[in-house]
Amino acid sequence: MKRRVLMVLCLFFVMFSGCAGATRDDHAIVVWHWMTDRHDAFEQLADRYEETTGTKIRFELFAPSDAYSQKTVAAVQARILPDIYGILDKKKIMAAFIESGVVADLTQEFEADEQEWENRFFPKALDANRFIENNAFHIPPGIYGVPIDVTNIQMLYNKDLLQKAGIARPPRSFDDLIEAAKVLKIHGISGLVSGWGEPWMIDCFASNYAFNIMGEEKVMATYRGEIPYTDPDWIRVFDVFKRLSEAGALAEGIVTKANKYAEQDFALGRAAFAFNGSWCVNVYHDMNPDLDYGVMLPPPLNLERPMRIWGGAGSSFHVNAQSPNQAEAIAFLKWLTAKEQQVFLAEQTKNLPANRNAMTSLPPALSAFAATMDLTTHPTVWEVIEDPLVTEVFVKGIQSIIIGERAPDQVAAQVNKAKHRQMHKPSPLP
Amino acid sequence: MSFFAYKRAASIDLKDKSENFLFILPAVAIFLLFYIYPFFKIFSLSLHEWNGIFPPPMFVGFDHFIELAGDKIWWSSIWHAVYITLIALTFQNILAFALALACDREIRLKNFYRVVFFIPPVLSEVVVGLIWRWILDAGMQNGQHIGLLNHFLYSTGLPHLVNNLLSDPKTALTTIAIVHCWKGFGWGFIILLAGLQTIDHQLYEAARVDGAGAWQCLKSVTIPMMMPVILVVVILTILGSMQVFVLMLAMVSQGLVYHTEVPVTRILSAMTESNRFGYACAMGVTFGIFLVMFSVTMKKISDRFRPR
Repeated sequence: MKRRVLMVLCLFFVMFSGCAGATRDDHAIVVWHWMTDRHDAFEQLADRYEETTGTKIRFELFAPSDAYSQKTVAAVQARILPDIYGILDKKKIMAAFIESGVVADLTQEFEADEQEWENRFFPKALDANRFIENNAFHIPPGIYGVPIDVTNIQMLYNKDLLQKAGIARPPRSFDDLIEAAKVLKIHGISGLVSGWGEPWMIDCFASNYAFNIMGEEKVMATYRGEIPYTDPDWIRVFDVFKRLSEAGALAEGIVTKANKYAEQDFALGRAAFAFNGSWCVNVYHDMNPDLDYGVMLPPPLNLERPMRIWGGAGSSFHVNAQSPNQAEAIAFLKWLTAKEQQVFLAEQTKNLPANRNAMTSLPPALSAFAATMDLTTHPTVWEVIEDPLVTEVFVKGIQSIIIGERAPDQVAAQVNKAKHRQMHKPSPLP
Repeated sequence: MSFFAYKRAASIDLKDKSENFLFILPAVAIFLLFYIYPFFKIFSLSLHEWNGIFPPPMFVGFDHFIELAGDKIWWSSIWHAVYITLIALTFQNILAFALALACDREIRLKNFYRVVFFIPPVLSEVVVGLIWRWILDAGMQNGQHIGLLNHFLYSTGLPHLVNNLLSDPKTALTTIAIVHCWKGFGWGFIILLAGLQTIDHQLYEAARVDGAGAWQCLKSVTIPMMMPVILVVVILTILGSMQVFVLMLAMVSQGLVYHTEVPVTRILSAMTESNRFGYACAMGVTFGIFLVMFSVTMKKISDRFRPR
């Protein structure tokens, strides 16, 4: 009997010992991230940092980004976040992380030595991690993260395909784009490809045109519920997609395409235009180093108002406010965002560096992305953001316009109804 | 039996029982920890409003379930899952049964067919989705169709059949359902084949002596003898098809409007896009109860058909 009991206890011990936390190297600063394309470069930088300072840095990669995002949310509950990590979500969620006490306020560090650290960055890059006075999330004002690169989302054109169709220059207005698409269609060339199977990419393209058609203030007023989605300007935004669809300007299957397949299509010369972010320079280089392409802003519909594009901080790191190694973590991030390391990262990963002094020897396409950083905006810096359920109806409505299922005014009415419902829904939260 | 003898016997019995209980304790502990506790935790979260991080969960009672009752997209996603399941129950299982019957006979290369038919189920769902996405691709390059299907249709003189199956609301869900059947029929095939091999061949010989033809043998011997196995395959098909979602993500990304939404994609969307953990848990609980009720019903039907 005793032997059997002993056996069962052994079994229990073996079973539950697997649940124990892994032994960690207490002397290492641990960094969690999701950036598969940058992992090797990060590890090389970690080795350099250890050689220079003696501090060991351990980068831990968790991909894909969805899984990473869920992991960090679970880690907040379990209180097992590492010394440095990225928050891959909306600003509302970043605010929730801050409120739960796991994000250090780095304002003092940025402002020290006459703002030496703050001055290194593009202001737009810091804005994504900044909470201003009286912000909508009730977070104490300050800077809560360190951008390591910047990004923006624009259109790209395949020079060879435009030449083949006899199009001398990239379109400068939305009407030009429609005309170019018609010519391309005659030559059997697909027009615009993008990952519009991913809701945020449609939302991004639509909000570019919303800003262009009606201006930022009116867009924000709509989000606040002061202007209905049935306003003629919003119908013009929805009409952009109808016109693109009717002109045959959109690649087949665009509404169910994930961005990685859209990137593949453009890299392999299957479409003349793409709508994609600056990270694409690295992606296209890996897929087809001979691809000859240029970068352009989405051609405006309203020529009197400049086009605004989504952009700003690409990836950011945050310091765990509960980490015993906070000082070492901040020191490492200062080193990582210094010019030398930022140039190295830009060269290795072909992403735009967050440090504005590191914009040296960039590939031409990346330089073109960098040149328009002043035109960027992003939901993370807006005073108000749309309710996610309204955004869902908005994006699905645009998909239904593209496939010819609904008209712009029908979608506008549908989105307005969803907005009305969400505005009048009682909130259980204080 | 004297009092002391009774007490001694009872003590031995208790000792035996506790010893037995000790052996099942690890399994019970795992079940309680990883199945029962999460179920009650999810149910508890479904009664709260929570974004997954902060502020802490706030009790809202059955509000999420009331909201869910009026959520048309949720109920249409359930209908989509039922539609896929109905196609799987018919097309997939009839195909699996027919192929199992064929491979149960003395035919040439039957072991080769068994391996071939079992390849789709062992492939990852993501891989299957990507392969079919490429086959069904509606794009063109240099005047040529990229997708294998459209290229084949065009080059065989059937250009009017060229279509964008995954971006057409009329065909997207059915196309995904057929790919799901292609991926899943191998499981049914293997289980049904194993079942067929347990049927005593003397039964067929006796039926033939009585003048039964192939159809009568199938109707009066094979199907009745196979009924418990068929019901197992039916239950597995229902549970697998109702929870399909990886194929959706691989083939149509985050969905074609709302035409390809299934319950699991709605739960994911509520959790990741809207950060509504409580509502997502309410969806999960409702869907789980639905599946449990269905499984219990099928079990009862299965018990009724079991040969005595």
